[in-house]
Amino acid sequence: MPTSTMLGRGMAVVLKSSLSPLLTCSAETGRTKTSCRLWMNPRPRRLFAESMSLCTTAGVSHSEVDQDSDKNVINVVFVDRSGQRIPVKAKVGDNALHLAHKHGIDLEGACEASLACSTCHVYVSDAFYDKLPEPDEREEDMLDMAPLLQENSRLGCQVILTPELDGIELTLPKITRNFYVDGHKPASH
Amino acid sequence: MSAYCSRWTLRFLNRLCVSGLAKTNNKHVQHFSSQTSPSVQVCIVGSGPAGFYTAQHLLKSHKGIHVDIFEKLPVPFGLVRFGVAPDHPEVKNVINTFTQTAHLERCEFFGNVTIGSDITMEELKMAYHAVILCYGAEGSRSLGVPGEKLSGVYSAKDFVGWYNGLPANKDLNPDLSSDAVVILGQGNVALDVARILLSPVELLKKTDITQASLDSVAASKIKRVVIVGRRGPLQVACTIKELREMVNLPGTKPVLDRRDFEGIKDALKDIARPRKRLTELLMKVAMEEPSGRDAERWAAASQEWSLRFLRSPIKILPTADGKKVAGIRFAVTTLEGSGENAKAVLTGQEEEVSCGLIVSSIGYKSLPIDDGVPFDETQGVIPNDMGRVCQTPGLYCSGWVKRGPTGVIATTMNDSFETARCVLEDIDSRVLDCSMAKPGHHALRGLLEKRGVTPVSFSGWEKIDALEVTRGDEIGKPREKLLDVQEMLQLARA
Repeated sequence: MPTSTMLGRGMAVVLKSSLSPLLTCSAETGRTKTSCRLWMNPRPRRLFAESMSLCTTAGVSHSEVDQDSDKNVINVVFVDRSGQRIPVKAKVGDNALHLAHKHGIDLEGACEASLACSTCHVYVSDAFYDKLPEPDEREEDMLDMAPLLQENSRLGCQVILTPELDGIELTLPKITRNFYVDGHKPASH
Repeated sequence: MSAYCSRWTLRFLNRLCVSGLAKTNNKHVQHFSSQTSPSVQVCIVGSGPAGFYTAQHLLKSHKGIHVDIFEKLPVPFGLVRFGVAPDHPEVKNVINTFTQTAHLERCEFFGNVTIGSDITMEELKMAYHAVILCYGAEGSRSLGVPGEKLSGVYSAKDFVGWYNGLPANKDLNPDLSSDAVVILGQGNVALDVARILLSPVELLKKTDITQASLDSVAASKIKRVVIVGRRGPLQVACTIKELREMVNLPGTKPVLDRRDFEGIKDALKDIARPRKRLTELLMKVAMEEPSGRDAERWAAASQEWSLRFLRSPIKILPTADGKKVAGIRFAVTTLEGSGENAKAVLTGQEEEVSCGLIVSSIGYKSLPIDDGVPFDETQGVIPNDMGRVCQTPGLYCSGWVKRGPTGVIATTMNDSFETARCVLEDIDSRVLDCSMAKPGHHALRGLLEKRGVTPVSFSGWEKIDALEVTRGDEIGKPREKLLDVQEMLQLARA
């Protein structure tokens, strides 16, 4: 295959990702947003796969953070599903789901921060759990549906980052390996 | 690019040319060229959440995988489109993520193709390295009582399909002219049906409920919805969000019998948080004086819903002319054991309830797809180990057909990721033999053409989507769904 074709495609993809924000815009509005607009006009906003992997620098997010003064930037550590610690810089006012997406961390946000699912479920490190405002009733109701619910569970889309959360650790739940209906014993393959 | 790869690519392209498939569009050619190992062809059967989440994880984790998604209907998204209630639009936001997956270069959607008749499982296995069954649960558990076939008795699956525009249910036209409805089952689907029947029309008309269903609900005479379970308050299958919506429904009053909840408080200490919070809400409604606002709202309500416990249906009673449902007879039960595993046993007492409509919401059921695929009739699932279909290398499953018809989208998401991880492990460990190139959909297009089947592409769906949104816009709804498969096909091909 001619190399130019490959190069051409690679460049096109990088270009695409640098022009269009790699962000889930809806997450920015925070808490309880109605979603009619999204539903009426479903347009892809997050380019998760090819574009992310081909973009070798984390360009958009870092430059965004660098422009802010230090007091508006805090340190957040994500612990991914394999136990790996991923330290990132975060803008005050951002939410944890949005932040995860910026850094390519595998946290889903199926309902786009509209409090209708529990796919952005995270565990908050003990020292910081009490620094968060109490979850409201709608978040509590959604947490009840989260697989592997713990005392320190929150929805990532509802964790709004503030200066006092500098150093917070957010752990993604391990995905369970047992979804069988009652009584079903897995057979060997 | 390694020499091996370029040799392989050339050989593959030669083969395509020889077999008359040189029209392959550029994106595939580019894709093959950029791989360091031969491309893995994966086929997914079913385009609901299980199908799309499985595809998403595979495509994200392995750049050498190409995924084709086959769907029986011309339109994608399965129960997100046809199951999720119209007044839960925020749940449907997940369509945006699925749409991104469908737009990826290495993903292709084939609507209007039924696996098992248009294309056999054998043909799929020949064309792909791995086949992942994500076709869900399109059957319903039957009540198994006399009178089940009477007019006015529906499965919740059909009833939900009707208001959500499932083509197969577009002519259901349930009679909503009686004042009482009995819903059998106390899960979220049962509450969805109750809520749609009782919601103010001003709320429903801003949703994507079909216009025909909206007109029916607007003309409905229903005043009372009785939601019946075989077991007790500690075994209800709904989740708290749905219960709270019922409690807060405008114009409607909850009717819970406090006697059902006496003695339950002691059990609350030892149960898990979700069940505890759910039970506390039930007890609050049943046993506490309503707050000022609720008291006012409930006093003014013209409709009501109630939960009836410990009742097992034994016969559906006909009208005098024998043509329609007039009521239902229950056996009164008592619980043996406690907690989630408590069993309902008959007491010998019976009770009758009059009603003009019965919706049976006792569970969906997966159906076997092909004789060559193992199926566990008792559990209603494809026997599998973390998504690997037992004794059938190369075959996998995700979603309801894998674990049974329960759980929310988050559950299906995790379950689909698990299956995808198994596929990836098997590719890495070479349990899945990907050393031979497989043709994927290139081998199937000819077969489909010969059989007179025209697949609907994702851009075909987007034409349908655009028209639905436009039609909805004209009447202040997010969309007005097309109900007719032929109309969908014509539009997709235009």
